[in-house]
Amino acid sequence: MFHRLTHMVSCKEATRLLSQGEERRLALGERVKLGLHLRVCGACSRFEAQLKLMREALARYRR
Amino acid sequence: MDSDPFAAELESHRRYLLRVAQLQLRDQDVAEDVVQDTLFAALTGRDGFSGRSSLKTWLTGILKHKIVDVIRQRKRQPVLESMFEEETDLEDFDPLFRDDGGWAAPPADWGDPENALSRREFFDIMEFCLEKLPANTARVFMMREVMELETDEICKELTITANNLWVILYRARMALRECLEQNWFSGQARA
Repeated sequence: MFHRLTHMVSCKEATRLLSQGEERRLALGERVKLGLHLRVCGACSRFEAQLKLMREALARYRR
Repeated sequence: MDSDPFAAELESHRRYLLRVAQLQLRDQDVAEDVVQDTLFAALTGRDGFSGRSSLKTWLTGILKHKIVDVIRQRKRQPVLESMFEEETDLEDFDPLFRDDGGWAAPPADWGDPENALSRREFFDIMEFCLEKLPANTARVFMMREVMELETDEICKELTITANNLWVILYRARMALRECLEQNWFSGQARA
């Protein structure tokens, strides 16, 4: 169980989780895996910031 | 009517409303009809505008209902479903990632986000990128991010599963991200 929780996810999986996190609350296991991945992966952390920027851009677009 | 300042203000949002409607309906005539309906409803129902939100937000809310109505009427046409299958049936192969799940080309540095958000041209590029999305992908993405419909509402109106919806929104965000990077953040544009 502990082993599975700490098992790393790929960037592909991490980006999917980041996207889905905008539609649903991620499960605890998913959040843990994602958090660990983001801590060591600069590319996905950058992607996370870019998602945030796109969300903000769309919010300004509709306002 | 031309001398009515409220009508003139409504008119100033026509272009935005048309873009948003066109992205969801992919039919210029129908898009123009719903925008006309929306502006007319706003003009005749101006007392309903409280001023608590912006006029644009209020108009977007009216447009949302008009678009959902059109989609409901269209549901009887089976075309929609087959198109969705094409766009969600992309699970296996993803050129953005290597076989081991790592980025094929990692995201570039986008610099200071405020710099982009404060530029009018950035939003032109964003519209361009939204228009480049596949039809159904754009429709779902606009319903979610601009119309701000809840995910279960979108699933119900379009008769798709939650999983389909997640895949479509994921695709939309990945494609939008790539397009913005290529057309704004990596070029001369942001300098």
